[in-house]
Amino acid sequence: MARYQLDARRLLCPMPVIRAQERVQSLAPGDVLEVLCTDPGAANDIPAWCRINGHRVVNIDDLGDTLVVTIEVGDT
Amino acid sequence: MNRQPKAISLISGGLDSMLATKVVMEQGVHVEGINFFTGFCVEGHTHAIRQKDRDRVKRNNALWVAEQLGIKLHIVDVIEEYKDVLINPKHGYGANLNPCQDCKTFMVRKALEWIESRDFDFIITGEVVGQRPKSQRKDIMPVVARESGAGDRLLRPLCAKILPPTLPELEGWIQREQLHDFSGRSRKPQMELAEHYGFKEYAQPAGGCCFLTDEPYSNKLVDLWQARGERDYEFDDIMLLKVGRHLRPRPHFKLIIAREEGEGRFLEGYRRSFTSLSTLSHNGPLALVDGKADDNDLELAARIVARYSQGRDAERVQVEVRDAGGSCRVMDIAPFLAADIADAWRV
Ligand code: SF4
Repeated sequence: MARYQLDARRLLCPMPVIRAQERVQSLAPGDVLEVLCTDPGAANDIPAWCRINGHRVVNIDDLGDTLVVTIEVGDT
Repeated sequence: MNRQPKAISLISGGLDSMLATKVVMEQGVHVEGINFFTGFCVEGHTHAIRQKDRDRVKRNNALWVAEQLGIKLHIVDVIEEYKDVLINPKHGYGANLNPCQDCKTFMVRKALEWIESRDFDFIITGEVVGQRPKSQRKDIMPVVARESGAGDRLLRPLCAKILPPTLPELEGWIQREQLHDFSGRSRKPQMELAEHYGFKEYAQPAGGCCFLTDEPYSNKLVDLWQARGERDYEFDDIMLLKVGRHLRPRPHFKLIIAREEGEGRFLEGYRRSFTSLSTLSHNGPLALVDGKADDNDLELAARIVARYSQGRDAERVQVEVRDAGGSCRVMDIAPFLAADIADAWRV
């Protein structure tokens, strides 16, 4: 189980979701991906995308300027 | 077939594609959704930029629809490939720069590539014959099916009964009798079907699903092409067309002036790619210079920007001009009067 980071700062929705989706495709179940974003919409879109595609949002951290959405890759 | 048939459904986020998907799911087909991001989709961006939109629910309608239906959704970035659709549409444009027919053909073709690489069987769209004056005419429907290469693997469940039978019907994967015969501009049949399925909330795609149907937006894109002498664009260009006040005081440059704080923050991110202006002596908006501006042009730009600042009635305003490399200088100028800003400059 590895931990990865994706920089989606300055991208506007739905680009953070698209980039997260592309990245998740190359990861294994159980891997963890931290997505850094600045578009507040990502706090809704990434979890929605995870729910419907079988991944889990472990944490959403609001660092002021940046949101860190942590995803655990599901086995779908 | 000795497995469950599988279909991909083009999900726009509106009601029609939601209903079309549900109709097919009800017949026991495994359906997943696909949504293409062209860069012009109304979805998302504007919420993030403008302050007044920040308080609204920030929701991606396509994701929301997929969740309501309980299906997977694949969002596909087609920004680069879409350029050719928009720049050279074989069937021309709608009322503005919307190349709807070519756009539909393109999306169905991309969906076809998707199903072929994943062993899916057919494609679903929420189109309704006669719903839109140009791109959903009955005679256009077979053209989209043919030119996309999808042929009879393209099913439009909401109006399938008035179109020739498609592969999933002929193969008996779904029953034609349980499909629909909606046509024309009335939304009543859709409302009734939504009621039948218990869909209480859904997005109303009034003007279409993208900025290309928007006249002011299309005008800005035409202006950009004219100024550059070529019909091309980069992703940042089309993002910036959604933001700020655009003024072109000279053919070779334009100003993009933030109208409020949210836009200012967004433009801030482009200061390393453009010369930018901001007022020092008074509160005022951030502005980007798109094009090549010499010293006289920059003075003109500074006077315009000062006009939109709180120093508009002052005798002199100090404006900082910063180039893309970060070097700054200060100009001390007299703000323009309202009458000095020619109407023809407004893009
Ligand atoms: S409105 Fe925009 S996205 Fe929808 S079909 Fe027309 S060009 Fe394509």
